[in-house]
Amino acid sequence: MSNLKEFTKGLLKENPTLVGLLGMCPTLAVTTQAVNGLGMGLATTFVLVGSNLVISLLRNVIPKSVKLPCYIVIIAGFVTLIDFLMHGFVPDLHSALGTFLSLITVNCIILGRAEMFACKNKVLPSVLDGLGMGLGFTCSLFIMGSVREIMGTGSWLGFQIPVDVQPMSIFIMPAGGFFVLGCVIAAVSKLTKKKPPQKLGCAGCPNAASCGAKGGCEE
Amino acid sequence: MKLLSIMFAAVFTDNFVLSKFMGICPFLGVSKKLSSSLGMGAAVIFVMACANACTFAVYHLLLAPFGLTYLKTIAFILIIALFVQLVEIVLKKLMPPLYRALGVYLPLITTNCAVLGVTLLNIDNNYSFLESTVNAVFVGVGFTLALILFSGVRSKLEHADIPETFKGIPSTLIAASIVSLSFMAFSGMLK
Repeated sequence: MSNLKEFTKGLLKENPTLVGLLGMCPTLAVTTQAVNGLGMGLATTFVLVGSNLVISLLRNVIPKSVKLPCYIVIIAGFVTLIDFLMHGFVPDLHSALGTFLSLITVNCIILGRAEMFACKNKVLPSVLDGLGMGLGFTCSLFIMGSVREIMGTGSWLGFQIPVDVQPMSIFIMPAGGFFVLGCVIAAVSKLTKKKPPQKLGCAGCPNAASCGAKGGCEE
Repeated sequence: MKLLSIMFAAVFTDNFVLSKFMGICPFLGVSKKLSSSLGMGAAVIFVMACANACTFAVYHLLLAPFGLTYLKTIAFILIIALFVQLVEIVLKKLMPPLYRALGVYLPLITTNCAVLGVTLLNIDNNYSFLESTVNAVFVGVGFTLALILFSGVRSKLEHADIPETFKGIPSTLIAASIVSLSFMAFSGMLK
């Protein structure tokens, strides 16, 4: 039962992007098309599940003083793996995502989950947590990508929308990304009847805990 | 001439924050006050320039000759993480005033995707050492410019009357969209 909760909390209640405000860079950059958002989300989910699994397995082995470099190497290893896999099997998506595929390494969601969850929990909950967070991230990227693609190009997943409206190309430009993300976060906080997140300071950033050596894995 | 166009592209047309979406976390997190924007910007310029020099050397002298270029993501992020730690220790010991000014921002930079992004892009674009250094420094300048401009916008935003649902981060993002819109005016100037 509690395992199920670890899985579902990432989907909406603690959605990493829309509630936790983590991983903003890929959320804004690759969501010009719904399919790119989906691909990026799934790639991140793969890395997140893999790194949570390995970090959870090694949680009693990694010395505390060098945990950050250890986590980064594990994460970067999985990123290199998915980079190769996507280059081999979906070359179009690989070139559309470009550098952002390598930049999954520094996505704060992954380091944040390693720091806050995987390093102090057993393997199964960690994997489920990674899966839930990853799918939550994928959903928000897919929503962002859908809104921007429909508004910006008048099609969805490559299919033409049969409504005669002039597409507004501003939505697929950088400015549109910021605008849509702002509106989606506002809509989510309206729907969940919560106040929107007020600030994105050290408190919301898992890196602050991992590098300032306060909190984190210290018991 | 190529150097000049790299500089212009890095600061204006391809501004890392506003058109390439790298380093959004510090852009939204640290841009509340002008002084912290300046501090963060200076730290980023410094780390980018030095990290670029290290990664350039490692890539061309170590990874490329042995055919290990596929390890570049792992190698670069480790170099950046170690380098930031080193800078922190050195500054703390040798230049305490500078450490007090920049120190708090340094740990944030380790996992700033702009730093890893600029080093990877320099390799992808096959820049020479001089070109990549210029690019790294001016990407940092562009980052600082975006932070400074945005801190001005945000200080106005604090006093604006915004609907309850949009208060906080949503309104900040929409303001960022308008700032990004103004940078779109530069696009096409380099073609």
